[in-house]
Amino acid sequence: MMRFVFVAVMMLAALPARAGVEIKEVTTPGGINVWLVEEPSIPFVALEIRFRGGASLDVEGKRGATNLMVGLLEEGAGDLDSQGFAKATEALAAQFSYDASDDAISVSARFLTENRREALELLRLSLIEPTFDDVSLNRVRGQVLAGIRSSEKDPNDIASRNFDALAFGDHPYSTALEGTVQSVSGLTRQDIVDAHANALARDRLYVSAVGDITEAELGVLLDDLLGALPQTGAPLPERADLTLSGGTTVIDFDIPQSVALFGHVGMERDDDDFFAAYLLNTILGGGGFESRLMEEVRVKRGLTYGVYSYLVPKDLAALYLGSVSSANDRIAEAVEVIRSEWARTASEGVSEEELSKAKALLTGAYPLRFDGNGSIARIMVGMQMEDLGVDYIATRNDQLNAVTLEDVNRVAGELLQPEALQFVVVGKPQGL
Amino acid sequence: MSRIIALAAGLVMTAISVQAQEQVSDFQLDNGMQVVVIEDHRAPVVMHMVWYRAGSADEPAGASGVAHFLEHLLFKGTDTMEPGEFSATVAANGGRDNAFTSYDYTAYFQRVAADRLELMMQMESDRMINLRLGEAEILTERQVIIEERNQRTENSPGALMREQLSAAQYYNHRYGVPIIGWRHEMETLSLEDALAYYRTYYAPNNAALIVAGDVEPDEVLELAKTYYGVLPANPDLGPRNRTQEPPQTSARRMVFEDPRVAQPYVTRSYLAPERNPGDQKTAAALTLLAELLGGGTTSLMNERLQFEQKLAVYSGAHYRGSSLDQTTFDLTVVPAQGVTLEDAEAAMDAVLVEFVEAGVNSQHLDRIKMQLRASQIYERDSVESMANRYGHALTSGLGIEDVQAWPDVLQAVTEEDILAAARMVFDERQSVTGWLTGVSAEVTQ
Repeated sequence: MMRFVFVAVMMLAALPARAGVEIKEVTTPGGINVWLVEEPSIPFVALEIRFRGGASLDVEGKRGATNLMVGLLEEGAGDLDSQGFAKATEALAAQFSYDASDDAISVSARFLTENRREALELLRLSLIEPTFDDVSLNRVRGQVLAGIRSSEKDPNDIASRNFDALAFGDHPYSTALEGTVQSVSGLTRQDIVDAHANALARDRLYVSAVGDITEAELGVLLDDLLGALPQTGAPLPERADLTLSGGTTVIDFDIPQSVALFGHVGMERDDDDFFAAYLLNTILGGGGFESRLMEEVRVKRGLTYGVYSYLVPKDLAALYLGSVSSANDRIAEAVEVIRSEWARTASEGVSEEELSKAKALLTGAYPLRFDGNGSIARIMVGMQMEDLGVDYIATRNDQLNAVTLEDVNRVAGELLQPEALQFVVVGKPQGL
Repeated sequence: MSRIIALAAGLVMTAISVQAQEQVSDFQLDNGMQVVVIEDHRAPVVMHMVWYRAGSADEPAGASGVAHFLEHLLFKGTDTMEPGEFSATVAANGGRDNAFTSYDYTAYFQRVAADRLELMMQMESDRMINLRLGEAEILTERQVIIEERNQRTENSPGALMREQLSAAQYYNHRYGVPIIGWRHEMETLSLEDALAYYRTYYAPNNAALIVAGDVEPDEVLELAKTYYGVLPANPDLGPRNRTQEPPQTSARRMVFEDPRVAQPYVTRSYLAPERNPGDQKTAAALTLLAELLGGGTTSLMNERLQFEQKLAVYSGAHYRGSSLDQTTFDLTVVPAQGVTLEDAEAAMDAVLVEFVEAGVNSQHLDRIKMQLRASQIYERDSVESMANRYGHALTSGLGIEDVQAWPDVLQAVTEEDILAAARMVFDERQSVTGWLTGVSAEVTQ
């Protein structure tokens, strides 16, 4: 039981300016760009690979194809069947994970120094030569369908699905990337093969590595690993037009505690005002216990275990979201308090003291993120996808500190739109 | 080929595991407080944790949830700190803080820049003895923990069933009572309940300090002496003698029905021995048994139920040895569409029978041991997880030497040990089997 649950802040960050960690921007002999931090003190490497596009590349009528394809990458490749691949991976104690999100396919690998060539050959097989055999397809499809059925009765998932449907019209973002029982049931092997060809290509590839490996060694290994990828994949989807209209939508579901999602349009990651918005959100609902929402909804009134807000700058749309859950007879009050704080912050802005606290929190927390090979590799690949150069490292805290109270309060007036705030409440809420 | 790789890896890793142990120093303060320092100088960060040897299983009857309630209340004021000032100060220093409660422990932590360690020690030692609580904040925070129970438990049929399963598993031990508390008792928790628990258990001789990160052991010890070493021990602190289980002589079964269940499953727990100081061999065998039976893609349950018989979409076995008193060995099977819980359970039982009759697959065991050795390397990438491992063990009746011996104890387990552990633990008289299901029709199919 934690005192409260942290919600991941949707912000990609940079490396701290500290001695001993140097990012090398490397181009392999085969032309793959990769960011590397050599860290020989532990004999393993953390490798992060991203393919931009992700599940949003699903073609019409084939929703869930990318997700199912990613789930099948480790279920048989080359001459190995699913169990053979798993046994080989276990014998090397390598760790691979594959994940599909709206905007990217993520591949995370950890492998030991002494068998890294063998480990990366397995990883290569899974990315380049997956078999997608029917037996595995049907087994993993069954797992995905089980997940979809569970999700249909999970209040948080119900809230997300309904919010996305309201927010994103007919864009891929408007539906769950797992697909529906109907769409997933209809997927064929050819659909999976197509999804693989659409998503895994050199023109959308981002790579970072941290650990016990040199630039020269990494170059050779990466060319072997990724060199055979096709040059191009499917075109990325168009931007999404937000279709939120404000108000409160109640989804009737028999649970004792209502679950609410709320939000409206957000701020793009490359907007000049992004740092001002980030500081604003830290004060309003992103800063854990110190936020205005937590103070008003939990600490003063005991209406919830947790209330949070977060900026969600996706590749093809930017949202400003929040979440709260309260007993059915108290959720109306929680919603009212949130709307009121949203309005108060929009009209009155924040104080100099709140701003300096938020700056202290964000700039002080900055170096704490870089505490391991795996976390540094993840951050570096995210930086590349956000088109941040390695020089961002040295300037990030300065950029945050340069934001003025006027900036934040101007952004508060522009960004926060209490009348546009859309609530989706799942449960049996009273008074909504 | 793989045998050679595993051998080479084993040699390298033996050296590494020695190295890893040298990163850990431990001390004891005069007042009885244990201090563990784990060094990692790669980043200028420190994790500061205080673990109390007191959890929900140490609560008095009728006050379930008070350990967790008190954990929340420790973020209110002390003689010198305003309510909320603790977390605000951590945030002002760019850190994050939180706390967690389990059956055997309550732990508080801050993750901050390494040069802020002293401030964290000053504040954490302050609230070990100087807590000040008012009636009003008790009432508000009680609403918060009830909303937390709503979120974690009442809104989740799986969580509600697990609560009932645990209650059925333990006749007489507090592990049968949920950590967060039974709702009707949570609603009556008072200021006096919280303070009584606080006065009894929050003392340096009942705590372990774990500091992990970019620190020097000598410097940590000096700071610990300054801030924690001056606190008085609680002379009345008794041994952790909880009510124990009588012999369990009848298998229990339950069906938990809830219309919110979309994906039925069957789960079974068996009462099982835990890791004990100087005596971890059986627990190590059970740890490997869980891996062999249901630990991953190539486990026996997976092979039989998912790959061959295609009866399940998920299966798994789980055993957690770090526990002060008797723990459980758990099995779960999520049947495929159209497969009844009855058939899923029968297939699960057939796997157990097969395992005990056919014995251990040696290659599989080798792969698991290889992964366990590698996990010592991977774990060094996260001092937080090392800190948690030490804290968990030291509040579950184990010592530093047990933590450090554990990897070798695991490697020394033989196939015969595992089979003996399996024969011992799969005693249906000590088991609870639960079916989670959406509608009653499915149960009787």
